[in-house]
Amino acid sequence: MAFRPLIATTAALTIAVTTAAFSGGHGSPQEQVIGARNAVMTLYSFNAGILGDMAKGAAEYDAASAQAAASNLAAAATMDQMHFWPEGTDNVAMGGKTRATPAIWENPDDYAAKVKMMADASTALAAVAGDGKDAMAAAFGDVGASCGACHRAYRGPRN
Amino acid sequence: MAAFLRWSVFLALIVAGVGWWLTAPAPRPASDFDGLTADAARGALTFATAGCASCHAAPGAAGEAKLTLAGGQRFASPFGTFIAPNISPGPEGIGGWTLAQFANAVQRGISPQGAHYFPAFPYTSYIRANDQDVADIHAYMQSLPVSDAASLPHEVAFPFNIRRAVGLWKWLYLEDAWVTEAASPEIERGRYLSEALAHCAECHTPRDALGGLDASAWMAGAPNPSGPGRIPAITPDKLFWSEPDLAEYFNSGFTPEFDSAGGHMADVIENLAKLPPEDRAALAAYVKALPAAE
Repeated sequence: MAFRPLIATTAALTIAVTTAAFSGGHGSPQEQVIGARNAVMTLYSFNAGILGDMAKGAAEYDAASAQAAASNLAAAATMDQMHFWPEGTDNVAMGGKTRATPAIWENPDDYAAKVKMMADASTALAAVAGDGKDAMAAAFGDVGASCGACHRAYRGPRN
Repeated sequence: MAAFLRWSVFLALIVAGVGWWLTAPAPRPASDFDGLTADAARGALTFATAGCASCHAAPGAAGEAKLTLAGGQRFASPFGTFIAPNISPGPEGIGGWTLAQFANAVQRGISPQGAHYFPAFPYTSYIRANDQDVADIHAYMQSLPVSDAASLPHEVAFPFNIRRAVGLWKWLYLEDAWVTEAASPEIERGRYLSEALAHCAECHTPRDALGGLDASAWMAGAPNPSGPGRIPAITPDKLFWSEPDLAEYFNSGFTPEFDSAGGHMADVIENLAKLPPEDRAALAAYVKALPAAE
């Protein structure tokens, strides 16, 4: 019977996932904010990875797949970030639990401009991602530039 | 008693004399550079590889403005904060320096007035550069815009602010030998680019108590000198990227997971992206050939 192992695996996975979810909720308010920010970053890089592999030829271009990834990326990048950046959640205050540097809070206007750059570039990418590899790759380049611009100015090294 | 005193004075004088001799700047003679024909166009690439503008451009400068080497960026360290000086080709910078003066600054850490520079300036790497590359960079830098911004004094406290003592530091750490073995011409090229020009180890290698690089942990990662976090290890036992992955990263800044380079590494990528693809491949080959840390 393949049925019993399947149930056992499902049960184990359910326990593992819910445990992880609950333990995620047990951090301080600052840690929860950082967790939320990292979750959005994971969505960026997961979807960007699908598109990037197609853009550099490591994966075959597929219009539907590219569109799905680009739409998800745009959805994540256009989320309202109002609650993501409270004071005191930088890498100095949080002892390296985040890579966000204090410069974010010292340059709020520039930071907001870079967040908007990412939102605009990924919205533009979602508009053309299904129109062929070249159109997608060109628009993807602008998204990559927006990632890099913000990481250059506002991200410290990993702990 | 008088004899003891005399002996003490005699020994103290010897120690002081040896110390004075050890800490004296030892510049290269101007004749070393006779017969070189500098090529400013080639110098532009070498200048990018050496990353000069990344530290000497004004804080926050981007694009063309990065070529105005006004200085002013701050570099925190356990010894104090170093502030990059103006090195534009004008009176506040390197205007009027001869090639030999420039080479002694870049490769020996000695100013035209004969003072030691602090090793925040990576002359410990540039010492391995060949004379032609140094001459090319010197020629290229004459074509850059002049800034009249004054260089600011470093914020370094006693005893680390004694420049003469840097001579002792150099005696301990300034070394023109290669750190790693190169098993192929490609790795050798990558080693030249990394160990002589791009000075990767200045951040990726840990330092000892006096701030010297620990060659036994070459590229094994180090604390971030300027804040929380660590500069990652890039030896192949710690970093599992392939050579094409590394070459792609040096060009686009994207990791295999499509994360993108940040902080000072983003400046490094901007420079490396200007190199011919063979040079990025050579750097990748060098990184893949690094020995695991002891």
